[in-house]
Amino acid sequence: MADNPFLAAFGLIAQADPALMQIIGLSLRVSLSAVAIACLIGLPLGAALALVRFRGRSGVIVTFNALMGLPPVVAGLVIYLLLSRSGPLGSLSLLFTPWAMVLAQTVLILPIIVSLTRSMVEDLWEEYRDQLRSLGSTRLRAVPTLLWDGRVSLLTGVLAGFGRASAEVGAVLIVGGNIAGHTRTMTTAITLETNRGNLGLAVALGLILLTITFSLNGMAFAVAQWSRRRGG
Amino acid sequence: MKDMARTSTILPLRLEGVGYSADGTPLLSGVTLTVPAGRRLIVLGPNGAGKSLLLRLCHGLLDASRGRVIWADGSPRPAAQAMVFQRPVMLRRSVRANLAHALALNGVARADRAGRIAAALDRFGLTDLATRGARLLSGGEQQRLALARAWLTGPEILFLDEPTSALDPGATRTIEEIIRGFSAEGMTIVMTTHDLGQARRLAEDVAFLSRGRLLEHGPAAGFFASPATTEARAFLSGDLLW
Repeated sequence: MADNPFLAAFGLIAQADPALMQIIGLSLRVSLSAVAIACLIGLPLGAALALVRFRGRSGVIVTFNALMGLPPVVAGLVIYLLLSRSGPLGSLSLLFTPWAMVLAQTVLILPIIVSLTRSMVEDLWEEYRDQLRSLGSTRLRAVPTLLWDGRVSLLTGVLAGFGRASAEVGAVLIVGGNIAGHTRTMTTAITLETNRGNLGLAVALGLILLTITFSLNGMAFAVAQWSRRRGG
Repeated sequence: MKDMARTSTILPLRLEGVGYSADGTPLLSGVTLTVPAGRRLIVLGPNGAGKSLLLRLCHGLLDASRGRVIWADGSPRPAAQAMVFQRPVMLRRSVRANLAHALALNGVARADRAGRIAAALDRFGLTDLATRGARLLSGGEQQRLALARAWLTGPEILFLDEPTSALDPGATRTIEEIIRGFSAEGMTIVMTTHDLGQARRLAEDVAFLSRGRLLEHGPAAGFFASPATTEARAFLSGDLLW
């Protein structure tokens, strides 16, 4: 391997190094799964929080807002305790599997999706309420309308969630174990390879991670611009 | 087609002593009036008189603090009524999708929507704009879309809250023609305006509000020829009431 880590990194990327590809593939599968699950739960939950009034609603909102800043290692520790053999979910044998990492990332992303959805839907409901009620909509029926009309803002929230998931290292390290070929993601691999002095692989993974992040944000920006031009 | 007036199941609409307060402040008090089927009632009055509030109470967007809003079929908020707002909110989607959304909310089967949408687009001169983002339309076009959206749901009575206040004379004329068309088909119209010229052009009946009270209600010709109250006389002569 070349001495210059950047040259080594470009070499690995150009050769589509199998170990590199495996790590990238697993990272994307874990993070995208976590984003998908967090969206499935978080979008309707956030919309419900925006539209339904109940006792303790403010407390729930404050809790989700606070959890947006949840330290990943704390989330990892809690999930580790839940999934460990002596934990309440130990029988599922999920610890040190990709599913444990999906769970950890979902826990980290969910508050972001819920809070941003709630805020967006609340604002949009304020604007749409009279018109939608006039057309015969109930609050419940307004949910898909508001989520669709807030799609550009939601996309930003989902991307923020993906960014948190893909950049996260502490939680997946604790619950995944950074096992080569099994639970090694881009971030945990970067940490390990940097410590080992294998900077070529670390830099290659860093470049790929940055490229993914910039590409996704670029696409989201383009979609938002296109949508605005079409009056969306 | 004034047939609709004869076959209406929800009209006349009766208001009995309707009042509305916000934070203890009365904004509307003791409004009693009847809206018969097939008439064009213009609600007149200066800003802050309670015109829009009255429409929202009738339409069911707000609940009266006092008194009752009574529909002929006894329901609290019948489906066969629609409202067009001063600044209608368009969904962030195409003209066609806005119309489809209104039909979906009213339980129209997907298979039946395309034909009805095409008819609405044609009637309101929106066919060429069907795929355009609704929010990219001009004010007049948006108001035509709002009228099309309301018409699609088949209302027997249409509430219009100052629908032309932000429009230029050309767009205003188009909207007034549409309203006359609705009326000719038997649809009952209740419309607010503070534009006296428009009121004279459109009104069959007039309800005059001032400071949250209904001061006059009756045929337009009588109201404009000889208003009974000092406030109405001042309003018609262009005096500043407040």
